[in-house]
Order: sequence, then C-alpha cells, then structure tokens
Amino acid sequence: MPRLSYQKALNRALGDEMELDPAVFVLGEDIRVAVSHVTASLFQRFGPDRVLDTPLSEQAFTSFATGAALAGRRPVIEFQIPSLLFLVFEQIANQAHKFSLMTGGQARVPVTYLVPGSGSRTGWAGQHSDHPYSLFVHVGVKTVVPATPTDAYGLLTTAIRDDDPVVLFAPAGALGVREDVDYADLGPIPLGVGRVHREGDDVTVVAIGHLVHDAIAVADELADEASIEVFDPRTLHPFDWDGLATSVAKTGRLVVIDDSNRSCGVAAEILATAAERFGLDTAPARVTRPDGAVLPFAAELDRAVQPSRAQLVSAVQGVLKSR
Amino acid sequence: MSTAADLYRTVRLIRRFEERAIELVRTGEIVGGIHPYIGQEAIAAGVCAALRADDVITSTHRGHGHVLAKGADPARMLAELLGRSTGLNHGRGGSMHAADFRLGILGANAIVGANSPIAVGAAWAAKQAGSDRVTVSFFGDGAVSQGVLLESMNLAALWQVPVLFVCENNGYATTLTVADAVAGTITGRGAAFGIPSVTVDGMDPQTVLEATRDAVDRARSGGGPSLIECLTYRFDAHHTWEYGVRVHYRDDDEVAHGRSRDPVDVAGERLPADRRARIDAELEDVLADAVAFALASPHPDPVGALDHLYATGLRARSGGGG
Repeated sequence: MPRLSYQKALNRALGDEMELDPAVFVLGEDIRVAVSHVTASLFQRFGPDRVLDTPLSEQAFTSFATGAALAGRRPVIEFQIPSLLFLVFEQIANQAHKFSLMTGGQARVPVTYLVPGSGSRTGWAGQHSDHPYSLFVHVGVKTVVPATPTDAYGLLTTAIRDDDPVVLFAPAGALGVREDVDYADLGPIPLGVGRVHREGDDVTVVAIGHLVHDAIAVADELADEASIEVFDPRTLHPFDWDGLATSVAKTGRLVVIDDSNRSCGVAAEILATAAERFGLDTAPARVTRPDGAVLPFAAELDRAVQPSRAQLVSAVQGVLKSR
Repeated sequence: MSTAADLYRTVRLIRRFEERAIELVRTGEIVGGIHPYIGQEAIAAGVCAALRADDVITSTHRGHGHVLAKGADPARMLAELLGRSTGLNHGRGGSMHAADFRLGILGANAIVGANSPIAVGAAWAAKQAGSDRVTVSFFGDGAVSQGVLLESMNLAALWQVPVLFVCENNGYATTLTVADAVAGTITGRGAAFGIPSVTVDGMDPQTVLEATRDAVDRARSGGGPSLIECLTYRFDAHHTWEYGVRVHYRDDDEVAHGRSRDPVDVAGERLPADRRARIDAELEDVLADAVAFALASPHPDPVGALDHLYATGLRARSGGGG
C-alpha cells in the first residue's frame, strides 16, 4: 500500500480536480515553484493560465477570485501564512460569503481558500502562527480542518466542488502525517460529517485538526484508566452536531481540545451546545490557547501557549474524577 | 448606436427614478435611505451606452444609475428598494446591493473600492473563456484612497485584463474633499501602472460615451484596461440621512454653481422640445407604474429571512430557543 503524506494528499486532490474540471484554477504567492509543496508540478501540468503566481496583493487577488467565480470559474487560493486571512477577512467574510444572500440567490461564489500550514510552525512568532478557524465559523463561512491525509484529500475535493466559499485549514502540525492508503479509496468526503477515530465508553474527546493525533495518543496513554472516544468533527461549519450527540449520549462526558483562543473559540461553542442539548453527566472541560493569546517567539514560550497533551490528560482525568 | 434621444432618456430615467425614490424615503416606504445619484446621471448613461448586453458591470453604494442604465427593470429595482419579494434581489439586497446577473450587473457594493478586484476577476475569466466581453468597475473619488483599488489596477495591467475603471469624481468622499484626500492626480494613478487614463466631462453623456467607446474598443481588441475619470458633481446629499441632520460641508454658492450645469439639460438640449416632452411623459408613466408595482408587491415572509445564505441550500442553526 502506498504511503501518502498529508501535503501530498492536498497536492493530489488539487491535481485531480484540475484534471477533472477545467473551471478549476489555482492562484497565490510562489505557487509555480510550489514553496509550500501543495502545488508541486501543477504549473508543469496545467500551464500559466491555470496556475497563477500573484503579486503580493492578497486583498485584490482574493476578490479577483470572487469575480472569476461569479463568471463561472472555481478558483483555489493558496495562502502561505494563516495570518494573511486577517488581511482578507473583508474579501471573504464581507464579500464572497455574502453574495449569495445579498443577491437573493443570483450569485454563487465557489472559491476555496487553502491554508497549508495553519497554526504554529514553531519559531514563526506572533504574525505567522495564528489558527483563525473560529473566526470563519463565527461569520458562517464553511470551514474545514482535516486531520489525516485521507480526510485532507476528500475534504479539499469537496471544498472545490462546493458552490459556496470554503476555507480549508491544513494545520502545520498535521502536514507531516503519513498514512497507508489505497489510492482507489480516496474520494470526496461530505462537509458536516465527523469521524470517530477511536471508540470509547467513558468520555468523548473532541479534537480538531492536528490535535486529533494528540487525542489519540492520550487515549492510548490512558487506556488503563479510561475508555476514551476520539471524535474529529473534520468540518467546523457546518458541524456534525448529531454525530457528536450520538457519541456523548454513550459517554456522558465531554472534553474538547481546540487550538483557538479560549473566548468565543470553537471549543466554547461545542461546550455551550453540549450544555443546552446533550445532558452531560458531569461538567465538561476544554483545552485551548489562553484568552487573547499571541504566540511568543521562543520555542518553549510558543509551546506554552498551545494546547498540550499534558493539559488534555489532566482535563480528561478531571472530568472522569467526578463520575 | 446610441442616439442623443437614447442618452437623454437614460439620464432622465435615472433622475426621475431617484426623485421618486427620495419621496418614498421621505414617506418611510424605503427604510435605510439611499445614496442619490442625482447630478451624476450622464456617467452611467454614457458608459452603459457603449456596452453590449453581455458586458458586465460592478457598482457602488451610489449605484441606482448604473443598474438602471445597464437595463434593469425600474419596477423591480424600486421594489428592491422597498424590500419587496418582487425586487431584483427578492428584498435581500436593497439599495446598496441591487444586482441582476442576467443583465451582467454583478451588484452594487457597499464597501468603497471593493468591487474593483471583483470586476478584474470577472473580466479575466471572460477573456480566458475566449469572450471579448468587457467589464466596468464604477467607483468614486473616495475609492482612490483604497489600497485594493491600486492593487486591482496593477493586476489588470499586468495581465492585460479587459476592464474599465470608471472613476466618478464628484469632489467629495462623503464630506471629505478630493483636495483633502488625494495627493497627485487620479489619472496619474492609472498612468503609473501603464493604464491609458483620461479625464472627461462627466456632465455630458455624449462625451462619456465617446471616451468609453475608445476604452471598450481597446479592451475588446486585447489592449487591456483603461481608466476614465469623469468630473461630476453630486447635486443632492451623500445619503438621505443628511436630510434629518445638520452637516455642512458645502456652501450654498458652491452647490448652486455645481448644479448650474445639469446633465438632464445638457442631454435634453440636443433634442427638439416636443421630442423631449414625449420622452418625459413616457418616463412619468414608466415610473408611475414602477411605484405602483413596488407598493403593491408583497413583503417577504420572515420565515425565509436566511434563504440563499448558502448557494447549496445548507440550513444553519436558528438563533432562538434551545
């Protein structure tokens, strides 16, 4: 069985969709030489009309993609740095996202915003280490954070085919993940369908993106103490609330690990919904970045601000103690 | 070929549409107010007269004139301003977002300068598809201070995109004068990117039409973008909100001088009086029918408030209860 890396899965999905649909094209910075590797060989395969190296004009090229989408194309924009999404928040949240409603359904804006390397890359400091997926969930843009190569392939495929704008965060912490796959098994994965990576009976751990792998490791580590179910929502908006309800109905306990700042992050929404709907047996817990965090440069400071396995272990133990 | 009568008809249609709309703002039928286009009609009329039906425009918060000149039905446009389900956008857009995609109207846009990159992208896609369609981005002098507009000009020139940047310089970004906002010149910005840039009299639709024809010919034949700066004057308020508050940024003499050259008269004086009167009478009927249609149209059902939020029909969670 071939071994597929997360990065290569994104590359493969892009190439396959470009092959399949001539409306698809890619634009972004340094993508012809594929600095991020995600667009590797696409320029050679598809040429300059479908692989556009842009000047450093994020705001213009983000809405350029909206215009091209309104004219029938399916653009994929690669953002090298997650914090660039702050710069183009107007173009995504206030323009692309609002066109369908504001025009009374006349407009479709099928643009995919691909962020290969979101979150901390260790040492990239304050302005290159954000993980702003919660912001896009808040404004209602479809938001996807795959954890595995198979899911990265399947969700990018679906994002490109979707008729709405979709942001896909590929966490830096997951880019190196490899998986044995049969290429024939790769295919689109619907938005809004979560995945149980590991079944358990005592507590549901919701983990997002690269943190899924930490949650699985913690579940293994605590196997003697507790039976942990690891639930990966995969899509944060729309969210698989029914899938999570099923898991929590079984376990009665909930811990969320989320690489967002604490206040108004996705973990906060999951806990709020659980409190409203799920009838938890004990108070839930979450592990997040601190309120309003800015990632400091030094490696130990950077790590100190991100959710850790140790924090997850203690959150799980805390929730179990009250059984 | 547009005749003097066609140009006059469009200018007059926009003027009377705006006057009727202002009445409906005053009576409370239009909520949220409007940004009247009065005084600037020659630009929309002249530019759109140079376009084909399949050409595309992107518009601004002061967009009624562009939308009407590109051929939108005045009755459905007015119904949109009244938030009725028969409106162009089924009451989901209103004055600042009116759109009719079948007519190449990709929508008015409420963020200054925001439509320019959208126009460049749409124009690029048309060129890629082998079409000789052109796209017009309308914007005001205020947009000249937006970085994204300059980025868009750079992309358009770099990739030789068939787009027209049409700047309506009415002298004011809300209350801020061009002198207080713009260093250098507006055409100088186009020239810096190698974009052919001209300044024309924006009060004469014939002059605007001729300048636009040159730019459209260049764009269709692969010559890339152009910038046309149209000098004009806004006769009315920035927004009807001004009627109820005291903001003074233009003295009466200036306003009187600005209004002394009226595009309705500039265009109208080229026609025999009886011809002009016939057009005026026709338009009164058109607008009377439009007002009646809009006022009689149903209000949208609140149950569908978030219809069209997603093109795929995805339904998000509601905001109420548990």
